[in-house]
Amino acid sequence: MNASLNLFTGVAMGLNLLALGSSRIPSIIRAAAMQGMVIGILPLLIGSHMTLLGLLVAVGTIGIKGFLIPHLLRRAMRSANVDREEEPLIGFVPSLLLGAAATTGAVAFSGALPLLPEHSNVLLVPAALATVVAGLLLLIGRTKAISQVCGYLLLENGIYLFGLLLINAMPLVVETGILLDLTVGVFVIGIIADRIQRAFDTLDTRKLTSLHE
Amino acid sequence: MKEIILIAIPFAAAIIALVWPKEDTRPWLLPAAALPHSGLSLWMFLDPPTWNPALWLGFDPIARAVLPAVSILFLACAGYGVSYLKTRKERPNRVFIATLLALTGLITLSLLAQHLGLLWVAAEGATLATVPLLHFNGTPRAFEATWKYLLVGGTGIALSLLGAFFLGYSSMHSGGEGDLTFTGLKAAAGSLSKPWLLAAWVLLLAGFGTKMGLAPMHTWKPDAYGEAPGMIGAMLAGGMTTVAFVALLRVRAVVSAAGLESIASLTLLCLGLFSMIIAALFLLGTPDFKRMLAYSSVEHMGILTIGASIGVGGLGAALFHVWSNVLTKGALFLSAGNLRRAAGARTNIEVAGMTWVTPLSSRIFVVGLLAVTACPPFGPFFSELGILRAAVGSHQYITATIFLVCLLLAFIGMTRLVFSIVDGRPRKAAWNTASLREAAGTVAPPLLLLAASLWLGLFTPRFLLEVWSSAAQILIPIP
Repeated sequence: MNASLNLFTGVAMGLNLLALGSSRIPSIIRAAAMQGMVIGILPLLIGSHMTLLGLLVAVGTIGIKGFLIPHLLRRAMRSANVDREEEPLIGFVPSLLLGAAATTGAVAFSGALPLLPEHSNVLLVPAALATVVAGLLLLIGRTKAISQVCGYLLLENGIYLFGLLLINAMPLVVETGILLDLTVGVFVIGIIADRIQRAFDTLDTRKLTSLHE
Repeated sequence: MKEIILIAIPFAAAIIALVWPKEDTRPWLLPAAALPHSGLSLWMFLDPPTWNPALWLGFDPIARAVLPAVSILFLACAGYGVSYLKTRKERPNRVFIATLLALTGLITLSLLAQHLGLLWVAAEGATLATVPLLHFNGTPRAFEATWKYLLVGGTGIALSLLGAFFLGYSSMHSGGEGDLTFTGLKAAAGSLSKPWLLAAWVLLLAGFGTKMGLAPMHTWKPDAYGEAPGMIGAMLAGGMTTVAFVALLRVRAVVSAAGLESIASLTLLCLGLFSMIIAALFLLGTPDFKRMLAYSSVEHMGILTIGASIGVGGLGAALFHVWSNVLTKGALFLSAGNLRRAAGARTNIEVAGMTWVTPLSSRIFVVGLLAVTACPPFGPFFSELGILRAAVGSHQYITATIFLVCLLLAFIGMTRLVFSIVDGRPRKAAWNTASLREAAGTVAPPLLLLAASLWLGLFTPRFLLEVWSSAAQILIPIP
């Protein structure tokens, strides 16, 4: 079981780097969507007892993170006519290097963390930490609203990966947390991105500067 | 049972608001929900129902120490809302009223939640419910503020979920069966895994600190409070910040019980002092009186956090300050909303002479300013004095000095701006909109809140002091 679990988490970690390194927004969206699908499968590999809510979470995650949100983002992208991140605050190569450093650092660091014996040889903890860092890098380092939303998605994916450690002990908490995070948080962000684009005719958050001291 | 009714009242009203057919009678649903809500919460305050620590919901001493204040604020905002929405007939109010009621329900739920997961869900829901309220005005600036609020607030809430997971993982080390009630966590505190607990504290502090608006996570606050209608500013600055503060206090009780009290206090103290300093500096410069209120809110969140870091005495005074802050800020935001509507602008470059245009609201605003900058005999003076005494009593002289200097700077900054707005000759534009006379419905609620703040300062009831100090003793178990 751990081998296939680690395989999928490894793929998710690779997708972080793909998202960090690409300048074209469609490929960031694709990386985030694929990561959403990959991590959506994971609870099916872990769950010792399959509940209805658990199944709902898996299907919901794959459906929403893999298809619905990417669809909304692509639509917003087309209507705003942006498909390239032109002047990121943190460049593509530096953010890729930072992401790679965070990934190796997370693997090394999680060896030092007090993990429960059953979690000592799964990649979930380093993958969670690396994905959270990658998400924050996208959130801070990019200027286009869609890239920032993708950063937020990655951040959520990282938290989700950590939540999988608890899914057997406190399934209800983890699953409701994931579901709520999933449906509403990003959904509203998608709507707002749409509204911003209509109001400003741009999805460049650097142009959101009428409010400042 | 009463707890559930208290939460259900606003939610039921929210559902009715969604299906209510008439635009002009819908605002009356706000007071229709607020009256039973505040009545019931006062009843529960005076005659607290027994609470079972094992349940996920309960009216425990901590909820008792803060919930009535928030409920009173909601009552004032609801009364104000009826008159306010009458002046805003051009905007559809269905979503606004329904989400405002849902927000109140979620705030109530978060204050009563005894389970970390439930608390997180309620706080997250409240964040999302705020979104339609913030862009009620529908201007590009309002959308910009909403976007910033969502991005910063969403990241904060995501970090606090990670923190909640860390805390859950920490409890699995004690062989826990996933009991995330605060009582259960405190009971198992000794065997929690310390590194995970510490990481959880840092993340939850960042997450709920963002919701409270502690510097440096306060950046959404001036934009959101500046663009939102005054009554929403009041609900956020009084209700939401209280939710986040109480959430931090509940988590902190677990951290203290696990023997990490000194670290928890130190981090709270640093964030609190930093917030006060940042807020005082920005208050000296801002030309916009609604953004001024946001920075003042950052300052008061700093005061609360500092109070919470100085032992049982400081925490009791901080809970007192929750009440002072809720009542005084409510009066300020509501009267500022009146000034803003009459003047049609928000900066001291465009606005002057408001005493002539809106005499009553301007007077309330000035007196509210004196109250919030801790002039005696209003509530904030006594609560801040309590925090200062606790700081001096525990020999934290540096803290006390920074605290006083920041209060002085905030006083200078706020009086500078407020008097330049109310004094002088009114601008022409203001005269034109002055036909919009001050309605009793928009003047009475802030006036009553201000009177309540005065009453709290002059005649602080003994039983309230006892409620605050008993809540503080529960929150810091070690003397």
